[in-house]
Amino acid sequence: MLKVDNLSGGYGKEPIVKNISFTVNKGEVLGILGPNGSGKSTLLKIISGILQKLEGTVLIDGQDAAVYSQKQFARKVAVLPQLHAHAFSHTVKDTVALGRYPHQSGIFSSWSDEDERAVTEALEYTGVTRYKDKPIELLSGGEQQRVFVAQALAQEAPILLLDEPTNHLDIAHQQQLLDTIRKHSGEKGVTVISVFHDINLASLYCDRLLLMEKGQVATIGDPKDVIQEATIGTVYNARVKTQPHPELPKPQMTLLPDTMEERKPFTVNKQHFAISADHVSFKVEQPLKTISSAVTNPGMGWFRAFVNRHVDANYNCDDVKAEMAQYLEQRGYHLTDTVGMMTAVTTEHAEIGEYEGDFGTVLIMVTAGVGNAVDVSQAVTREQRVGTINTWVIVNGHLPDEAFIQAMITATEAKTKALHTENIKDPLTGTIATGTSTDSLLIAATQEGEHLPYAGPITPLGKLIGHGVYDCTIRAIQAYKKAKGWTS
Amino acid sequence: MNKATIAYIVSAATLIVAVWLGVSIGTVKIPISTFWDSSDTTASNILWKIRMPRVILAGLVGASLAIAGAAFQGLLKNPLADPYTLGVSSGASVGAVVTLFFGLSIPILGTYTLPIFSMIGAALTMFLVIGFAKLVDRSMKMETIILTGIIFGSFLGSVLSLMIALTGEELRQIIGWLLGSVSMRGWNYILMVLPFVVIGSFILWLNRRELNAMLFGEERAHHLGVNVKRRKFMILIGGSILTGSAVAVSGTIGFVGLVVPHMTRLMWGSDHRHLLTLSFMNGASLLIICDLIARTIISPTELPVGVITAFIGAPVFAYIFYRQRRKGAM
Repeated sequence: MLKVDNLSGGYGKEPIVKNISFTVNKGEVLGILGPNGSGKSTLLKIISGILQKLEGTVLIDGQDAAVYSQKQFARKVAVLPQLHAHAFSHTVKDTVALGRYPHQSGIFSSWSDEDERAVTEALEYTGVTRYKDKPIELLSGGEQQRVFVAQALAQEAPILLLDEPTNHLDIAHQQQLLDTIRKHSGEKGVTVISVFHDINLASLYCDRLLLMEKGQVATIGDPKDVIQEATIGTVYNARVKTQPHPELPKPQMTLLPDTMEERKPFTVNKQHFAISADHVSFKVEQPLKTISSAVTNPGMGWFRAFVNRHVDANYNCDDVKAEMAQYLEQRGYHLTDTVGMMTAVTTEHAEIGEYEGDFGTVLIMVTAGVGNAVDVSQAVTREQRVGTINTWVIVNGHLPDEAFIQAMITATEAKTKALHTENIKDPLTGTIATGTSTDSLLIAATQEGEHLPYAGPITPLGKLIGHGVYDCTIRAIQAYKKAKGWTS
Repeated sequence: MNKATIAYIVSAATLIVAVWLGVSIGTVKIPISTFWDSSDTTASNILWKIRMPRVILAGLVGASLAIAGAAFQGLLKNPLADPYTLGVSSGASVGAVVTLFFGLSIPILGTYTLPIFSMIGAALTMFLVIGFAKLVDRSMKMETIILTGIIFGSFLGSVLSLMIALTGEELRQIIGWLLGSVSMRGWNYILMVLPFVVIGSFILWLNRRELNAMLFGEERAHHLGVNVKRRKFMILIGGSILTGSAVAVSGTIGFVGLVVPHMTRLMWGSDHRHLLTLSFMNGASLLIICDLIARTIISPTELPVGVITAFIGAPVFAYIFYRQRRKGAM
């Protein structure tokens, strides 16, 4: 559809962009990224003919773009500029109607039904029909930019060039605008080339990305190949971290600010635990990186308070999350800062241990209610019944994501072993239980001090977790047994 | 009936009323019946030999300046631009005075020598002003263009003064002419400017859609498929032809090209498909009325019509400037 071959050019004799080559297929959305001054807007201006090229060719449908007249070119390529101010007022409809200019000819106006249809469609598509008789300057920035999208769409060109189209727009309008363009591209097979300032937006909306550096192509390819920590870090000269988008298979990046280094070193210890009549809490000044299967704030996050709440064995509630939130708030916990779990086990039977290794200490807290213990290998036919072993593992150390997962495995294995040692059986099958039906686990780390790359059973960290979880779970089960009168 | 149709009807009606007032009011009142009843030879002579050519000339000059102003404003995206504020009128005056000063008469051009030299003066000034403004400030801010126009206007004004001082008595009448007047010109002057008014206006009218696109900037116009370089050249030439011919017959009459497009835009919008034609009509009406005021207000003495247009135009200029600045500040 559009092929750029060995293109060089810029403002003066000295080219700003050099030897650029790439191809965009029909219906594809290509994003152009790069730091300020890398030449991304210049490249777009050369393609659209605003700036002179010094070398190379731009081929549209296999034909050199230089041979097209200005009007012919505009029938092939529409451009959406950044948002601008303008001196005179035009109505929205008149503005959009200008998009039909390349389709008109002759001395007298030749406004056809085809023109009218294209304009009406473009107004509809961008949702500005209701403003059509308003002067454009009375609209907000986001609405104005939509009018210019409509103008470009009314041009009905198979190629659409965009130069940072979402500049000066708030996030809702950014999303609206890019959704519209992406949808249009999908429905009409329009080829889109867009310059982006925002790497994450580009990743979300583009099929392929072209990363520019000092006027040349640094890389071009799938977003997940282009948005790499090392590549982005070098080209933009910034410290970044990439991660997958939570809902889509697209990479996203975040900055690692220098303020990270301003964090004061700290450690956590047993003193941070507090036990009251109805809950066990662990509170620290600095947030801990946490992964958990809790009721309140499950998943991954950074939190400063951890609550294991005792509820009656017959606790029943339609909306457990809301009730739990209310409970926490009443007790002065800040909801966005707190991980909350529940158990039927009373707080006096919570077992807390502190285990010391070469790198620092690991804190363990376990409550074990094994009345409804389950043998996981026999559980296929089982109905859901509530029972809980809640395990917390809090580490003084810096863990990568994989160490969090290994810590979860190690802790679970230790728990299962403890059930075995204590000979806890699944009451229905009579076999040794591996856990209960609704166990919860929490791994938290200070992300301070020593880097602990692994947490498997024979690593320094894994050893402490295995031993500590086993130890605490045994004690917790024994306490439970005692309370229930299972032992003499 | 849509808005544009109403606009044309209102403007045409205004023009007819202006013409009628222009021919009938004066030291001798001319009854409307004189148009078809030539029994009163004095009245008939005043109507056809004095008043009518004067009104038509005022109309042509006003129309030329107004449509040129509208086009310049659209092209430069500058509501303060008009032949006078851009210094183009001064350039045309220099062209005209040079012709008179040296008594130039190119044989092929004949009576058109004066307007053509005037146009050349206008076109040269136009390109110089825009070229210089671009040199100073690539984005061509409103104030930059107007300041450049003032600089060139003042310089050309001093050139004019110098030439007049050198000629002594015989070109003293030029001073009166410089202040702008349409009196005592007669039908031959109308014939002299008419072809240029038609050609210049037609060139601008051909670019009405392009002017609409250029309101969003040259880059945007380029994206929409406008051949910006060629169209810009056409518009500047069209405007220079109109300004040059108007100045050749009436001297420098300021602010008509500013006030008329502004009022027209305010009432009927800035779509050049209508703005150009409507400005043409309203420009004619305005100058006919201004000329009427100029020759009757302190009768029997006549004021130069440029005094009246400046009297109305300068405050409007100030108002537009204020409005634009406030808009920019928001």
